[in-house]
Amino acid sequence: MKMISRHKPLLILAGVLLLLPLVLPNNFYYDIAIRMAINAIIVLGLNLLIGFAGQISLGHAGFVGIGAYASAILPTHFGWHPLLAMTAGAAVASVIAAIVARPIFRLKGHYLAMATLGLGIIIAIVIKNEATYTGGPDGMAVPALGIGGFTINGEKQWYWVLAGLLLFSFWASKNLIDSPFGRALRALHGSEVASQVMGVDIVRYKVAIFILSAFFASLMGSVTAHYIGFVTPNIADFFHSIELVTMVVVGGMASIYGSLIGAVLLTALPQALSTFEGWETVVFGSILIFCMIFMPRGLVPTLAERFGGRGEDK
Amino acid sequence: MALLEVENLSIAFGGVKAVQNVSFAVDPGIVYSVIGPNGAGKTTLFNLITGVYTPSEGEIRLDGQSIAGTAPHELALRGMARTFQNLQICMNMSALENVMVGAHLQLDRNLIKAMLRFPALARRDDQLRDEARGLMRFVGLDAYCNLGANSMPYGALKRLEIARALAAKPRILFLDEPAAGLNSKETAEIDELVQKVAESGITVVLVEHDMKMVMNISDRILVLDYGKKLTEGTAQEVRENPDVIAAYLGSTV
Repeated sequence: MKMISRHKPLLILAGVLLLLPLVLPNNFYYDIAIRMAINAIIVLGLNLLIGFAGQISLGHAGFVGIGAYASAILPTHFGWHPLLAMTAGAAVASVIAAIVARPIFRLKGHYLAMATLGLGIIIAIVIKNEATYTGGPDGMAVPALGIGGFTINGEKQWYWVLAGLLLFSFWASKNLIDSPFGRALRALHGSEVASQVMGVDIVRYKVAIFILSAFFASLMGSVTAHYIGFVTPNIADFFHSIELVTMVVVGGMASIYGSLIGAVLLTALPQALSTFEGWETVVFGSILIFCMIFMPRGLVPTLAERFGGRGEDK
Repeated sequence: MALLEVENLSIAFGGVKAVQNVSFAVDPGIVYSVIGPNGAGKTTLFNLITGVYTPSEGEIRLDGQSIAGTAPHELALRGMARTFQNLQICMNMSALENVMVGAHLQLDRNLIKAMLRFPALARRDDQLRDEARGLMRFVGLDAYCNLGANSMPYGALKRLEIARALAAKPRILFLDEPAAGLNSKETAEIDELVQKVAESGITVVLVEHDMKMVMNISDRILVLDYGKKLTEGTAQEVRENPDVIAAYLGSTV
């Protein structure tokens, strides 16, 4: 019984992902579902950093960009296998995260926000300017992702790949939060001095979770690039970073379910609002403002508290 | 040999010498209290010993080894734990999880194993949950086990800090005003709890304003005034020292 209750959320998510294709009428909807899943996985990682550990990053799209361009450049210009390129991209993103994290995490609050913002912008500029390799502002084509003799092709196949990845990320995030590592992470958010006195090396933990979230952002950048078959520098730009942070905040900080809901809603919203023709950005902005005024802690924690039980996520 | 030795310890914040030339030694297994009027430097002394501040001058030794300037998380590894005068509870976690954080150093803290929920790690966590419940019971908080820390009353949070510190299985425990802000009944309960902790073999260093409690449970007492050591001795000696009376009540001159 204990096993079942522990895995209930995972089983529900698996059920939803399994049944969803029954109601998705065409490839357009598959496409939206895939984008939702990609965002959800990035946001799960980012929420570990922002929501659980209490550190901000305004440059995470930079890491998405590194993954996307690694998957575009390495196979195209150097003939690498796409999987190897994807791994290399994630490794580069992790190493960059590791190098900048130590000095960055001496900073707090606004300074930390500025430093991560700068990091993201630098990555975006490099991608835009190194036109020989990246195609500059025009972007470049990305070869298909083949494994063995099999190539992932079309929305339906990609859907199942991402369903699997999302399930894994969800499961791994939940595990992490409910582990000694995850508790240390949340504790340093709650009280840095208390967690230090309890033996938590707080800088090490901040750095580790920054690297982990960068790693997943990069992997998802690679997946996005292969899925769409084309990358432009927009994937690494500031607006994409903000979009990701917004998903964390609207869905709910320090909430695993909030990450999913935030990603799903903010991916769907622009599509749903497209009927407003030209005014969709205004409506989109109004909805965000409304959310933040009436649900400052995010959708999931606020609603969970209102409809019984603790707002905390575990 | 003394468990903790402090020698000529000083720290200055700008021109303010918060602690000046303080020396004392704490033998293992005793309750050692630090008292003094407000602003005497008691909490600063704690912050120096537990690594939160780095001393300007002087030496701190644990088991004869110098620890001055060592980071707090490394001191935890050597068996040091503390509570805070102004509560430092993680309000974003449940009461039980706060206690579990105390056991941080006894656990497998690997990130990959945690994400994949290795069976050994999960088993140890379940076991720890039971141990943490036991500690909550020990400090008299069984009723709060499943609550968020943010929904607990002040008096309970004071004891939660003690439970969390005990989870670290310390050899020496620093309690910074565990009874501050508590009513007389709650203070008596804390008094009892501190004695229970001391009886379990943990050396306790206590900062406290409640004189009844201090005189009752301390083996030795250090009196600070304006950052300096005024005197040190047993409860009886301290009580009869005219300097101590002068510091607390003002001299008659």
